[in-house]
Amino acid sequence: MTERFDAIVIGAGHNGLVCATLLAKARKRVLVLEANEQVGGAAVTRDFAEGFSVSTCAHLLYQLQPAVSKELGIEPRLAANDLATIALDTSGQHVRLAGDDVSGVGGADRTSYREFRKRMTRFADLLNGHLNAAPPRLGTSDRKDIFKLAKLGFDIRRLGREEMQEFLRLIGMNIYDELDERFESDLLKGALALDAVLGTHLGPRSPNTLMTYLYRLAGNHGRLSVPEGGMGDLTGMLAQAARTAGATVRVAKPVRRIVVNNGRVTGVETEDGESFESLTVISNADPKRTVLELVGARHVETGFAQRINRLRASGNAAKLHLALEGLPAIKGLEDADYGQRLVIAPDEHYVERAFNPAKYGEYSPEPVAEITFPSVHDPSLAPDGKHVLSATLQYTPYSLRSGWDGGARTAFLERVMKTLALYMPDLEGQIVARELLTPVDIEREFHITGGHWHHVELSLDQFMFVRPVSGAAQYAMPLDGLYLCGAGTHPGGGVSGAPGRNAARTILSREKSR
Amino acid sequence: MKTYDAIVVGAGHNGLTTAAFLARAGLDVVCVEKNDYIGGAAVSRQLYKDWWYSNCSYVCSLLRPEIYRALELHRHGLQVTPYGGSLTFMQNGDYFGSYHDHEVAYREMARFSRRDADAYKTYSADTMRQCRFIRDFLLRTAPDPASFKPKDLRGLMDIGRRFLEMGEDRMYETIRFWTMSVAEYLDEYFETDVIKAAMSGSGIIGTALGIHSPGTAYVLLHHKMGDVDGNVGTWGFARGGMGAVSKSIAGAFQAAGGELRTEAGCDKIIVKNGKVTGVGLENGEEIRARVVVSAMDVKRTFLNCMDRSDLPEKFYRRVENFKIRGSSGKLNIALDGLPTFPAIPKGSTLLHSDMHFIDSMERMERAYDDWKAGTWSKDPYVDMLIPTLNDPTMAPPGKHFMSCFVQYCPHKLEGRDWTEEDKQAFANTVIDQIANYSPDFKDLILHMEVRTPADIEAEIGITEGNIFHGELTMDQLLFNRPVPGYAQYRSPVAGLYLCGSSTHPGGGVMAAPGANAAREILLDLKRPNTVPDNFGDD
Amino acid sequence: MTDKDKVPSGRDEVPLARDKVPLARDKVPLARDKVPQGRLQTPFYPKLKRVDTLDKWHEWKGYTAADALYCEDMEYFAIRNATAVFDLTPMTKYRITGPDACDYLDRLVTRDMHKVAPGRVAYAVWCDDQGQVIDDGTIFHLRDGEYRLCSQERHLAWLEASAIGFDVTIRHETEEVAALAVQGPTSFSVLDKLGLDGLGDLKPFGLTHFDFEGAELMISRTGFTGDLGYELWIEPAKAEALWDALFEAGKLHGIRAIGTNALEMARIEAGFMAAYHEFLPADETVRTGRSRSPLELGLDWLVDFKKPNFNGRRALAEERRRGSAWRLVKLDIEGNKPAHNAYIFAKPKNNKSEIGFITSAHWSPVCKQNIALGTVRMPHGKPGDTVWVEIYYQREMHWNRMMAAAKVVDKPFWFPKRRSATPPGPY
Repeated sequence: MTERFDAIVIGAGHNGLVCATLLAKARKRVLVLEANEQVGGAAVTRDFAEGFSVSTCAHLLYQLQPAVSKELGIEPRLAANDLATIALDTSGQHVRLAGDDVSGVGGADRTSYREFRKRMTRFADLLNGHLNAAPPRLGTSDRKDIFKLAKLGFDIRRLGREEMQEFLRLIGMNIYDELDERFESDLLKGALALDAVLGTHLGPRSPNTLMTYLYRLAGNHGRLSVPEGGMGDLTGMLAQAARTAGATVRVAKPVRRIVVNNGRVTGVETEDGESFESLTVISNADPKRTVLELVGARHVETGFAQRINRLRASGNAAKLHLALEGLPAIKGLEDADYGQRLVIAPDEHYVERAFNPAKYGEYSPEPVAEITFPSVHDPSLAPDGKHVLSATLQYTPYSLRSGWDGGARTAFLERVMKTLALYMPDLEGQIVARELLTPVDIEREFHITGGHWHHVELSLDQFMFVRPVSGAAQYAMPLDGLYLCGAGTHPGGGVSGAPGRNAARTILSREKSR
Repeated sequence: MKTYDAIVVGAGHNGLTTAAFLARAGLDVVCVEKNDYIGGAAVSRQLYKDWWYSNCSYVCSLLRPEIYRALELHRHGLQVTPYGGSLTFMQNGDYFGSYHDHEVAYREMARFSRRDADAYKTYSADTMRQCRFIRDFLLRTAPDPASFKPKDLRGLMDIGRRFLEMGEDRMYETIRFWTMSVAEYLDEYFETDVIKAAMSGSGIIGTALGIHSPGTAYVLLHHKMGDVDGNVGTWGFARGGMGAVSKSIAGAFQAAGGELRTEAGCDKIIVKNGKVTGVGLENGEEIRARVVVSAMDVKRTFLNCMDRSDLPEKFYRRVENFKIRGSSGKLNIALDGLPTFPAIPKGSTLLHSDMHFIDSMERMERAYDDWKAGTWSKDPYVDMLIPTLNDPTMAPPGKHFMSCFVQYCPHKLEGRDWTEEDKQAFANTVIDQIANYSPDFKDLILHMEVRTPADIEAEIGITEGNIFHGELTMDQLLFNRPVPGYAQYRSPVAGLYLCGSSTHPGGGVMAAPGANAAREILLDLKRPNTVPDNFGDD
Repeated sequence: MTDKDKVPSGRDEVPLARDKVPLARDKVPLARDKVPQGRLQTPFYPKLKRVDTLDKWHEWKGYTAADALYCEDMEYFAIRNATAVFDLTPMTKYRITGPDACDYLDRLVTRDMHKVAPGRVAYAVWCDDQGQVIDDGTIFHLRDGEYRLCSQERHLAWLEASAIGFDVTIRHETEEVAALAVQGPTSFSVLDKLGLDGLGDLKPFGLTHFDFEGAELMISRTGFTGDLGYELWIEPAKAEALWDALFEAGKLHGIRAIGTNALEMARIEAGFMAAYHEFLPADETVRTGRSRSPLELGLDWLVDFKKPNFNGRRALAEERRRGSAWRLVKLDIEGNKPAHNAYIFAKPKNNKSEIGFITSAHWSPVCKQNIALGTVRMPHGKPGDTVWVEIYYQREMHWNRMMAAAKVVDKPFWFPKRRSATPPGPY
């Protein structure tokens, strides 16, 4: 006798848990099935060396939507809040970005930066208003769709003539030109360029990077926090919320397939052969994995399968974890600043140059990096007096021409250490253990096709109305009973909870209207 | 001193078009040109013996047929002959040709991939759909989304209506098309590298973007939306070279009573009390007029020919930030005879077509990386043509003129000016690339003109020598071109208008900006409109 | 194949210019065309050329095909009165094999392919996700798990896209199979004379294999004429021999080769639709609303909503709920002036706008009727309705216009008993 549920959520990533909790709160009988031993998906804390643990993928929290914490009644425990970003300089003349202010640059840049922040946060707020709901369908006569579209138009108009013109001009632009027009400081431009391209297959010169920058600011204006106990603590809290709301969360239960009967979803089957029935299956997995592997292309129509199949979803970001005897010396960095977010992106050209090889399936010989020492805020992550370095590195294409399994991994790691050594000359000597997660490793460990942190590339042609693909941007897939709730859906990746929340709301409102 | 009704600055094809339509409305118009020849970048120049070089633009497709017809350009000597096909030489000795005949074209593609050959019809239909969408807006002023004027609202509603008519699925495809890169767009249809490489060239010509840059799918459209005799996407030669286009428009202008003055470079646009009063020439002369229309690019107009104090500061800064980037150069070559290309079948029509020497997407993109690093592409994208195979008037019998459009080529080399040695090295890069596929090519060269963006800027006056007077990115198209709020050919100064390619719908020998500007000017002057309406695609 | 002729695959790794590879110019003399220019010839072309007296040819998918060979009317009556032989080699053919072939086709087309047993042929249409017809064609279930799909247009891109998630192989085989349509009342008698044992038992839409001079000859009881008839499929090397044998056997049965024009007349009499006439392949339409769904083409009987999934199912289910926009109609028009390219109106006078247009028309010599196919907006064109057709015709330079009443008919104009009689009679 197989168990029946009102809804089954595949994957206990943060979005899956948010979605499950909201459904459970609406008195649905919800089952969450997680493939790994631990909940959290890619937002987990785990050991990577004896006594050392780290937030495996995402290590900074900045996008969690306030509506999500509110509706779920969770209060993330933060080890540190409002982190500054410090753009590292080899000679110690670092540039520091904190809130609306920047220091270490000329007066003109400071003023410009304030103006820039003001405009960008305003645009991000506009965008944010539309990230927290399913995007409208175009060309329908549904009043809700028309209202949403009208609201989008109205919101843009409401910016005022001049800001509206700027918005419509900037939205398709690249960050490089905007930075070039505004700023003098190379480090400042480098740091902002990095923000725009982190997690994407874009360089600062690529059009659309202003939009990806705005996306980063949406929600909390890019305010950075470090969750206590790592990202896994937050997802642990989400799992607890789900359980409290009545959902069943089961780990180490990888789903083998989504069962389709007579043209609709009827449940799932796990790798160990267990079956669960539900007429609503919500996948927190990426769209490719969900449709092509779990469901099978044969159960959907050709055009849809083809669109899913050609989604661009190859990750470029790698994660480096170092277990350290102690903090490395960084010239010109005050002790208190080791807890900030440190970036290696000396100028915008450097970032662009790092991107170039990624187009040809090669890694950056001089990578860009976003570095944190989470153990500075949270000693629980490392043995007494010891530390953890956690860094996001770009670009490391998933489809590396030579493959990641051969010598490429060691060779890349060498390049990384060389780059890091420019800023932390004594780093090598401090290392107790290290771990490099390339997109291939991320795919393997977290079952994200292509190891992309947005599941599918975040670019205007895969954004909003057409995310993940046209005709399926409202969480419901063209297969009755199947929904997506992961980063591959609107609005995209990052620990925001927005896709999960939007998906849950869509499912509940569809039920109501039925 | 005489006061003209209007002065048009710059006798390129757009300036002349505006001038002609204004003159036809009965205005007293003078068109001033800094060079001793007219045409701007649509010229045929006799730079070597009896050879005529189309030394800037070299083929014609975008020229709006409505304008052609309204100005009766055929009476003024214009004859556009379609030509077909393209050819890409491959490094393995093979080639990929695109033939005029559908079935032969199919077979050629099927030689590489049957799937690609089959996909081509869908690709064509999807691209044509986007062409039809945009073609309708070419001979119209872009509506301003920030305006509440009935005209703008109507214009916006019209765009909305046409968008809605596509149906839901095609609306999404349109959104995607406008935001994706040409490489991604082609990836959706084709699997063969050389086929994609051959098609992707149209996505980058004239821009400072690579084939992987989002937004380049639109640039592809910009090269496909033209037509010759209603055959959308077809290109043609102007008999006698591209100068024939400007000459014929000038003929129409003069026939309508307009006055043309060469060697009359504009030094300054004179503004008094916020209103334009005329133009100061480089020779110190001053010409007065109630209306001044600049066919120069937006930067040259406002940054070089005006006082900053005559313009609102915000506008000035936006003009400064307008992106006009030198990304392409040219080699114009006089040949003693027809070079042989051993890879091409003897007697093949492919010899008459555009020839290219880059056979992979990676090489296309790497060419762009060189430009980003501040140098010309070491393995450049060359669009090479021998117009004399179709047009007997451009060189003595048996001799030939070869036009090589080269991308990428920066305006400055790693921030410094070009030297003669640099130019020679740049030319050699191109010549070597061609000579790889034509063993006798080098020996046939009689004369060669090398044009970097800096040369084009110095001679024609276009900022950075950019063929489109400004990048064709989303932030600089439609209501954003050249500057939001001033995308309707008017400027912040009363009586001063723009009519060049910096305005909607952009560059190419299209004449649409010139015609649209004339329409707006006549509207302001309350004169009857002489500018034709869109033929409309049915 | 010489090295020089070797066709490189686009997928091969091509070294970069930077690598300074030695270029072909050092080795290769002036090349010949890599692909043939101009029209191709089918294996039957020499035979057609021999009987041709009119020299009227056109291009059909790159091949030379005859409009007519000696007299259009005689060719037409060969179909209806004796045996007509038509070269259909240029039809696009795909071989679909593999363990999932049946499931694959079942998802591709609108009808239930599980019901099509080996040895059977199915007429089918396939749609895009919007439920718009991409093409129609015939699917031959050659052997267990082995199919041939035969259609007017080429579809490899779509067929391969549809194969995601299926274990199938799709091979384009147009050039590998020569095909003849042998149609008309005496066609069975002709084939019977070839000594094809058991052919008489072959039912309509059946197929069977024979040996012909050591090659496999596939015969299906299918055709595009609406009459008794067969289609013969064989390897190109045996094409001419087959032709000769056929004409020898048919000598006393009035066998004749025919061109496309005669077939076109028969096709309209049978009420069969054709791409570019009654519908436009959806993947080639530029303008929204110019494609058609199977429901709009009167092919409801081919759409099996009992199947849980097939391309276009969701859209077609929605269309069925909401109602179609168009209807394909067969028209019996008064008078004898063919209604080529005519507009259709609901009333004979004071028409504000047309309700549709004619897509195919001609005078039917065998029915003595002025017949046409047309597409009209719903709810017009119910069987039995009368609509009005605006016909223009030219007589000695001058044009005349008439409004002709046209009755919407339900059944094909021509449907002789012999078409389905098994075994066929010796006509």
